[in-house]
Amino acid sequence: MIESNFTPALELAALRKSFGPTEIIRGVDLSVREGERHAVIGPNGAGKSTLFHLVSGHLQLSAGNIRLRGEEIAGLPPQLINRRGLSRSFQVTNIFPRLSVWENVRCATLWSRGHRYSFWSAVDRLDDVTRRTEEILSEIDLIDRWRTPAGVLTYGEQRALEIGLTIASNAEVLLLDEPTAGMSHAETERVVALIRKVSEKRTLLMIEHDMHVVFGLADRISVLVYGQVIATDTPERIKANPAVQQAYLGTEVA
Amino acid sequence: MSQTRTLPHSGAVGVSRTGALARYAMWVALAAVFLLLPYVFGSRLALSTMSLMGTMIVFALSYNMLLGQTGLLSFGHAVFFGLGGFVTVHVLNMASSGAWALPLPLFPVVGGLGGLFFGALFGAIATKRAATAFAMITLGIGELVVSSALILRRFFGGEEGITTDRTEVMSFFGYSFGPQLQVYYLIAGWCFISIAVMYAITRTPFGRICNAVRDNAQRTAFIGYDTNRVRFIAFSLSGLFAGVAGGLSVINFEIVNAAQMGAVESGTVVLMTYIGGVGNFAGPIIGAILVTWLQLILSDATQIWPLYVGLLFIGMVMFAPGGIAGLLAMQGPVIAAGKLHRVLPWYLLALVPGVVAVIGLSIIAEAMHQFSIRAAYGPNITLYSMPFDVTSPWPWLTGLALAAAGIWLFLRAGRLARDAYDEVIAEGRTG
Repeated sequence: MIESNFTPALELAALRKSFGPTEIIRGVDLSVREGERHAVIGPNGAGKSTLFHLVSGHLQLSAGNIRLRGEEIAGLPPQLINRRGLSRSFQVTNIFPRLSVWENVRCATLWSRGHRYSFWSAVDRLDDVTRRTEEILSEIDLIDRWRTPAGVLTYGEQRALEIGLTIASNAEVLLLDEPTAGMSHAETERVVALIRKVSEKRTLLMIEHDMHVVFGLADRISVLVYGQVIATDTPERIKANPAVQQAYLGTEVA
Repeated sequence: MSQTRTLPHSGAVGVSRTGALARYAMWVALAAVFLLLPYVFGSRLALSTMSLMGTMIVFALSYNMLLGQTGLLSFGHAVFFGLGGFVTVHVLNMASSGAWALPLPLFPVVGGLGGLFFGALFGAIATKRAATAFAMITLGIGELVVSSALILRRFFGGEEGITTDRTEVMSFFGYSFGPQLQVYYLIAGWCFISIAVMYAITRTPFGRICNAVRDNAQRTAFIGYDTNRVRFIAFSLSGLFAGVAGGLSVINFEIVNAAQMGAVESGTVVLMTYIGGVGNFAGPIIGAILVTWLQLILSDATQIWPLYVGLLFIGMVMFAPGGIAGLLAMQGPVIAAGKLHRVLPWYLLALVPGVVAVIGLSIIAEAMHQFSIRAAYGPNITLYSMPFDVTSPWPWLTGLALAAAGIWLFLRAGRLARDAYDEVIAEGRTG
């Protein structure tokens, strides 16, 4: 880990979000170090997905600060946050169903390669894009399915494509929202290996329910309960933390 | 970047350049068709029909940049066709009075610039929203422009519109563009260029991102794109080509009026595009040709022709939402497997009762029309060379019997055709 870098990759300070009179995120402070794999766990309804929506610009926060490598990103629209190097996946598969697997991934590479809104260059002749798309497809193991419309992929394949779309832009900070949700044991193993690989040179923040995955993958864990982070620590110490056990592990995970 | 291993599939995936030759051959064939058509259909009527079709092809394709490519349902697209036409007609009149030296073949560019300007102007408002709100805004823009046409009479020429004389501008290598044949080639040339450019745009980063916005606008933002910006550019470019079509229309008819910007025209381009097929680049081309042709022959044959075009539209939406191009594209794998002979007889079998049903329905519709609206003209009509008295039960019973039998048999035969198709496709999958 790069401990010498004092600026956190992602820093949330006093983050708040209300829907009407209901406050879902009630003052979250969270610091994700450069290069670490950081998991957010917590009981259902704790506000984990809402937290991701705030960080990625999908929802507007009510108060607080979000800094990406020291730069304030709170209030920016999703595309501007993405262009600054933060990319996210979704809990419910969120792909381009009528486009082929190839087009899905290729579209996700375009902006970061500087092709933007170009309506004058032939997309098939952009060799850097073609190469990158092939790389991603082999990384997520979908290269044999490149022609298939994304909408007819199996669930497991769609989840892999979801991760492919997230990493295609080469963002330095990845937010993965329950990447193994609804997967069989074998599929989970494959996705965990994939996450381990793609997060090697990146900073990872992930929501995960599967404790086996969390404790095997995360460098540090933050526990979110009722809109607040009650603890952030290494997996061993989180397991031993009595407050966590009481609030979460003891009740939810038998 | 540590992984520099070569991919096992490298080069074989994603981009195939072997098809380049076939693609060029297609464009050469299209150009040849455009060049040779007047030698096959040389009458004045045929030439002006084909000129109109060429104009409508550009218009329908420009519309599909919104509907098919970007997923934007606009109810005001004729605004840009019409405004492109008005800009063209005014510049044409200025040019013929000697203010501008511009040869006639360049005037579609003028129309295009007009369409682009107004596309960007109205697009800046409309593309702030998507889906239903977008459709409503375009409807409003259409009404706004048409009603302002009645106020701004100098620019729009009131009810009569603005006329011009295309032969009075700077000469172009000795061509006067008086004869319809020369106008046909002018329109065919611009039609070809527009098709090629619009096709090329679908194969650019922007074109692909339009598809992404159509499929899932929310996710497009999370891969770095401003979806409003994508919609805005698509809307502006679509306005540009609608303006080109408007310019071609002015050159063809030497007149433009406010009705051409109205809801009826905006509706017609939706019909054309949808009937042809929104999911396929060639769809709007097919739709524009078919609907233009239908309008001409039907309006010649009957006063209630919009009813038939409307019925066709409903039929397509219900039974073939992919449009004609979608139906044709479905046959691709069948032809590739060399099994067209297995399905074609079933298609023909369905076609026969289909035609019978249409005849039956049209007898009822025409009888009703004669009975009510045209009652003053007497009860006697001739349909399909048969005399009918609409006050007698015969036309009604004949129509009803033909329609009922036709529809029933069509649905049955349609199911058989569907089964035959599915069988062939299933065979292709397993072996």
